[in-house]
Amino acid sequence: METYYDPKDLKKFGKITEFQKELGEKYFEYYGAVFEEGALTKREKALIALAVAHTVQCPYCIDAYTQDSMEQGCDEEQMMEAVHVAAAIRGGASLVHGVQMMNKYKDLSM
Amino acid sequence: MSEIKTHISLKSQGNDFSEPTYQLQLLQSAGLTTFQDSLDRSGLFPFKPTKLEILQINLGKMCNQVCKHCHVDAGPDRKEIMTRETMLECLEAAKNSDCHTIDLTGGAPEMNPDFRWFVEELSSLGKKIIVRCNLTIIVANQKYHDLPEFYKKHNIELVSSLPYYSAGKTDAQRGEGVFAKSIEAMKMLNAVGYGVEGSGLIINLVYNPSGAFLPPDQTALERDFKSRLSRQYGLLFNNLFAITNLPVSRFLNYLVASDNYHDYMEKLVNAYNPVAAANAMCRNTLSVGWDGFLYDCDFNQMLELKLASDRQHIRNFNEEAISNRNIVISQHCYGCTAGSGSSCGGTTV
Ligand code: SF4
Ligand code: SF4
Repeated sequence: METYYDPKDLKKFGKITEFQKELGEKYFEYYGAVFEEGALTKREKALIALAVAHTVQCPYCIDAYTQDSMEQGCDEEQMMEAVHVAAAIRGGASLVHGVQMMNKYKDLSM
Repeated sequence: MSEIKTHISLKSQGNDFSEPTYQLQLLQSAGLTTFQDSLDRSGLFPFKPTKLEILQINLGKMCNQVCKHCHVDAGPDRKEIMTRETMLECLEAAKNSDCHTIDLTGGAPEMNPDFRWFVEELSSLGKKIIVRCNLTIIVANQKYHDLPEFYKKHNIELVSSLPYYSAGKTDAQRGEGVFAKSIEAMKMLNAVGYGVEGSGLIINLVYNPSGAFLPPDQTALERDFKSRLSRQYGLLFNNLFAITNLPVSRFLNYLVASDNYHDYMEKLVNAYNPVAAANAMCRNTLSVGWDGFLYDCDFNQMLELKLASDRQHIRNFNEEAISNRNIVISQHCYGCTAGSGSSCGGTTV
């Protein structure tokens, strides 16, 4: 069945430079630098990326950062906790707007 | 994924993956850059040994565990073990060699009935002795409970697998209950001084990925292991070796059965590192099989790729004569050269 997403496309990510070399290369250089060990370890960055991947719900990123988190020595419990962090923030971001709704409700009510 | 039987060896199951020719054909037919070409491009072909430093002796395929990734296809049902006669030939070879280390492996080398005798004889040679101890053997039977004392007496350096600092991943790879038993055994080893600063008794742990992915950075992982094992269990160890799973025997079977084979091989090939190739362990190590035959490494031993020399048995050992041989290679070698490299002593870069 044909779908918009093909797992094989992930391997082609590097090829985006074919249509715009300069910006593509700048992006990958930046990308590579971001994931280098710095004030945060590679492992911490992999878990952040995994959480963000779930927030943006990008199947490519989920594929890539599941593998990367495993290759950085994370186990399933740690990875699921990262996803829960994403879910908690995402859920919280909706819920906290409930305050706005409450404010408005109160403004309009007797 | 088709179900993989995990309680008996592939050999006892009559599984194709216990056949070296079947494995080699599969490895060679993946359509990827050959290892020979990669070496050639790095100026390393023909692949030559440097200096013999380590004699690694496999005392047999018998083991109390049946780990899912085991390249030896070891298990309680394997009966191939080294005889005392072959051990005597190994002793003779070790005496005549300048190698500084004797590395004993298996299976579980301790299950060989002549293990203790052999270690005692080797001790008199003044070389470093390593035993690859799977930890659980120490608690498997009362007759092994005094192994920590025995190791201590002979100042044996231990190398022990513990794929993770929690039970889930460890047991998934090594068998139900293995983590708890390994922790118990480590406590016994710590109690006699292994891993304790200033004792001089060394225990190094080995991490290997529990699946079709590459190992993390060894230093960072060692930090995690040390803090977790000490915080949760009060355990000590010296160094952590992060090794890559080679596509041989049970791990190869797993890769194919789980449909990860092609991606994994591609990953290894893409991660080829010429510096890791230059430092591959076959260049300074010689592997002796349970029956005395010689190989460039333990993986070649399991693939029955004998030494490319007219001296193929330990009884004919001659360091000079084998020093100019070509190391026998195939596609499984990519497992030693990916990323930071992999050897029986961890990363090589
Ligand atoms: S990996 Fe080691 S402990 Fe596990 S079955 Fe093989 S020889 Fe035994
Ligand atoms: S598999 Fe053996 S022969 Fe091949 S590179 Fe590794 S150590 Fe050398």
